[in-house]
Parts: sequence; structure tokens; C-alpha cells
Amino acid sequence: MWTYITTGSGFWNPIWWLVSFIIVAVFVYNFFGKEVKAKYSPDKMKPFLSGWDEASKEAMQVKASNIYWGFTKAMSGYYRFLGVCHTGIINDYVVWFMAVMVLTFVAFIIA
Amino acid sequence: MSWTEHAPILIIAAPLLVSFAIPLLERIDYRVRNAAAVASLVFSIWMVLIVLHKIWVSGPVVYVFGAKSAFLPLPSGFKFPVRIMFEIDHMSAFMALSGSIAATVGVIYSWAFIREKEGGLGKYYSLFLLMSVGMLGMELTGDAFNFFVFLEIASIASFGLIAYRREDPASVEASFKYMIVSTIGAIFVLVAIGFLYGRYDALNMAYIAKHMKLGIVERVAFVLLVVSLAMKAGAVPMHMWVSDAYGRAPAAVTATLVSVSQASLYGLFRVMFSMFGVTMNNHFGGWMLIIFGLLSMFIGVTMAMVQKDIKRLMAYHAISQTGYMLLGVGVGLAVLDNPVALKSYGLAAMTGGIFHIMNHAMYKGLLFLTAGAIFYRLRTFNLNEMGGLARKMKYTTIYFIIGAAAIAGLPPFNGFASKLIIYESVYKFNPLLSVVAMVVSVLTLASFVKVFHSAFLGPEISKVKNVREVPRSMVIGMGVMAVICVLFGLFPGMVVKYLAGPAAASLVNHTAYISSVIGGGM
Repeated sequence: MWTYITTGSGFWNPIWWLVSFIIVAVFVYNFFGKEVKAKYSPDKMKPFLSGWDEASKEAMQVKASNIYWGFTKAMSGYYRFLGVCHTGIINDYVVWFMAVMVLTFVAFIIA
Repeated sequence: MSWTEHAPILIIAAPLLVSFAIPLLERIDYRVRNAAAVASLVFSIWMVLIVLHKIWVSGPVVYVFGAKSAFLPLPSGFKFPVRIMFEIDHMSAFMALSGSIAATVGVIYSWAFIREKEGGLGKYYSLFLLMSVGMLGMELTGDAFNFFVFLEIASIASFGLIAYRREDPASVEASFKYMIVSTIGAIFVLVAIGFLYGRYDALNMAYIAKHMKLGIVERVAFVLLVVSLAMKAGAVPMHMWVSDAYGRAPAAVTATLVSVSQASLYGLFRVMFSMFGVTMNNHFGGWMLIIFGLLSMFIGVTMAMVQKDIKRLMAYHAISQTGYMLLGVGVGLAVLDNPVALKSYGLAAMTGGIFHIMNHAMYKGLLFLTAGAIFYRLRTFNLNEMGGLARKMKYTTIYFIIGAAAIAGLPPFNGFASKLIIYESVYKFNPLLSVVAMVVSVLTLASFVKVFHSAFLGPEISKVKNVREVPRSMVIGMGVMAVICVLFGLFPGMVVKYLAGPAAASLVNHTAYISSVIGGGM
């Protein structure tokens, strides 16, 4: 069958999945998708901004550099290490290449 | 004799001829030049399909250059092959199909993406076709030295294309870095081929495989070949050139460069399975690929998470996705000498890894093209300077969603199908490897959510106010890849049954590869 694959432990049929997904999506939309939303007003934002005027929408968008700040902060040690490895200097690229070559050869001889 | 008998050579002959004819065609009209470039690659796809059909009917196809008969690998009186030949099995044809589709889409996309006023378009199209010829040649040849020649053709054309926008110093720097590491790698490949030639007086891969005896010279040749090709494929920790080259090349070139790197990955698999698989310790070789795969997956995705340049981010994801292929095929190689494990899960892991090659070529190609579409309108790759593009570039947004969902392994797209096969089969080999692969998928999704939020969602920033959708040829180029992502996702059984499954089986079956040239097999 063109849609069906076995994976070594189970199987996958995307058409069944798609049909199930559509049924669940229609169900969810009918029961939870018609929520009445509160009207937007800049005044409602003021308590959260300590009385300051609301910034423009463009200024409020979280920029790419700040997304996952917590993740990168928690992993800062790891990223410092990666930063040391990724110098952008061509000599280092060649050193890494040669180092892997030597390590692989030693491992191959031992194995 | 039907002309289709010569389909193997026509796969590369058409784009090669057109690449040299481009300066002449350009004098007629730029549309003639562009149409010829597209037509030559469409013709290549057609020829690949003809060869694929022949392989399904009668097994691997051998095509000998310069002989009275193109189908006699051993001339009368000879015990070993002396001529250059193409040896095309399911794996070669699979790679050629994937690469030729990516290259065709790249040229269609270039039609509008590379503006006439930028100049040098004749050289651009010539180099693009030469790069495609190099890639296809690497995937079709059965001759080790010929493989090196095609590797160099693809590499040298790539250097020129990466630095195409030479007014951008970063492009020139990226090309220079790629040239240095690539040339050193190519020299090692040449030295390794020289060692093997010295030992066996032959350059034919099947002949070398049949007579291989693992001594110190062969071990040195093996390490030189494997590590150099792994570097060319972008495996960590030799991946640094990837983010530079992919990040600065024009998007249409980057989309095809993904497939060019995969041609080196193909070379790596061919060396490990077909040339050395008969004699070497496959468990060691398999674990070598698995370790490269794990490092590539994890370091690639974590580096991508912190990028703000959309193309560098995607380049690191390309490294990460190569890890899945190395993992799947590595598990197959590690259990190659264990028939029970190979049948139980090894072949499935390899099928998943090989299926992922084509999926990756399509969705990663698509994602690079969407990044190019954004650059075409905004002239920036910086995600911090984007926002609200979904309002203005509806097709690009839809294509990006398809590509991002596919790379993150969301059902029902193609990336999910291949990743699922890898997870479930690799789990039987070592559950921890599957866990790492799934964590990497989650991080991939997180990374593309970031891109989607930064570039397409949010308020319409001032820079985006006058932006509109990209020209039609770019929309068509992206559309072709998006449709393939969806179709391969909805009909994975078709791809596994007719393409990826037979490709995995042909890698495992050394005997068929050798006997199609030498006769008599092992």
C-alpha cells in the first residue's frame, strides 16, 4: 500500500492520522473554539505597565534574539564552550579536521 | 538499439553541454539561456527515471565509456575493468533523482531570484549546471578516480557560486573558507585513491572491493576517505564551513548545495558499504557513523537555537538533519554482520536514514528558498528586523509552514515518516540513541517556532509595509518542493517500497554491486 509503512516496531498510516486529526479538530473547534473574546482597549494594559503609555505594537514584539532567553541562560556554560569551538577562523576549521582524522585513525588501529 | 540505452551518460551530458553553451545562448536572449538550463535538468530527471526503471527490471546498470559496447564492463581477454564506467544501482539512482529534482527547482527559482541587473548571470547558470553535473557524476560513477574528478567539479563550481554576490565580503570569505577545507579534503581523497591504486592496480570500486585485503595501507585509505567525505557532508566537528557557505550563498544555490553535500554522504556510504564493507570491522564503522550522527544532531540543533540570521540558523539545522541520516545508516552498518539484527531492525534503520536524505533535500531546500524569498523582499537575513510577513507573503508563509513542519517531524509531512522509521528501528539497537533523536526533533520544532514568530507573525513592522509576494518563478520553485514534502508525507509507503527500501537493500548487498562489473560476485 502506498500510504502504509512499517517502522521496525510498528506502522504508520498518514491517511488514518489525517482523518482522525480532522475529526478531533472539528470536535475541538465546535466545543472550545467559539469563546467570546474581551474587547481590546489600551487602558486595560496600563496596570501592567505601571501607568506608562503602551509602546507601539512593533516595539512590543519579542525579537528573535530574546526568544528562549531562559534556555540559553540555563545552558550558558555549554554555549560558552560552543563559542570557543566556533571561532570562524579557517585555521581552526583545518585543525578540527586534522584532529578528527588522527583520532579516527588511532581508534581504527585499536579496534 | 534504443537511444534510451545511453540514458546513464545523458543524465550528465545534457547539463554539461548546456553549461558550456550558456555563453552562446545568452547572446540570443536571456530567456533562451534560462529555458535551456531548466530543460537540461528536466531532461536529466527524465533520464534518471529511465535508468531507475531499468534497475527495477534487471538490476544495477553498468555503462562503460569509450568501449565498443557500453554494456561490457570486461573487454574480451581482460580480467579486470580498465575503462571508466558508471555503475548505477538503486542507491545511486535514488541520490541522482533527489539531486536532479533539487537542482531543477534551484534553476527555476533562480530565474527571478537572481536579477539581471546583478550581472554575470551567464557564469552563474554555467556554474550552477556544472555543480549539478559534479553532484550527479559523484552519485553515478563506479570509478574511484572519476569520483574524485566529479567531486572537484562540484566543489570548484560551488566556490564560484557561493561568492556570486562578491560585493558582499562575507560571501567571498565564506567561499574562501569552503575552498580551503574542501581542497584539503579533496587532496586526502586523492591520496587515498592513489594508495588503493598502488595496491590493486585498479580504480574500479567493485574490483577494489572484490580484492580488498585489510592491511595498513587500506586502513589509512579508509580513514582518509571516510573523514574527508564526512567533512564534505558537514558532519560535526568538521561542520564549521557549512554555516558560512550555506549562510552566504544565494538561496537557490544553497538549496542545491544541500544535495551536493549529500553526494559526499553518498560517497561515504559507498566507501563504507560497497568498498570496505566486505572486509572491515563493520561494528566499528557503524559506531563511527553513529557518533558523527549524534554529534551532528545535537550540536547542530543547539547552535541553530541561538542564531538570529535566518540562513545560518537553517544551515545549522542542515547539519543536525545530516545526523539523522548518519544515525540510521550507521545502525544498519553496525549490525551488517549480524543477519538477525539486520533483518529485525538494521535494514529498517537504513531505509529511514536513506528516506531522510531525499526528505531533507526537499524540505531543507524549501526552507532555504523561503529564506531567499524573504531576503529578496527585505534584503536582510536578520530575524530581529522581520515581523508580520504572513500578511504580505501568503505563499511564502504557507511554504515555510510546510517546510518547518516537515523538518520538525510533524505528521503528516515527509520528515515525520522518515524520522519515525529511524526512532523505532534505532530504539531496538540502543534506546538512548532514539531518545536523543527525539529530543533533537523537539528542539528543531522550537527553533522553527522562533523563526515563524519572528519573521511571519507579530505586528507589521515599518520595513514590511510595502512588501509583496515574490515573483512567480520563485513561487513555483518553492511550490514544487512543498508539494513533494506533502506527497511524500501522505504516501511514504510508495517511497519506501520503490526508492528508499531498494536503495538500502542495494547498499547492504555487496555481491550484486561487485558482480554487475566483475561477474561471479564474491
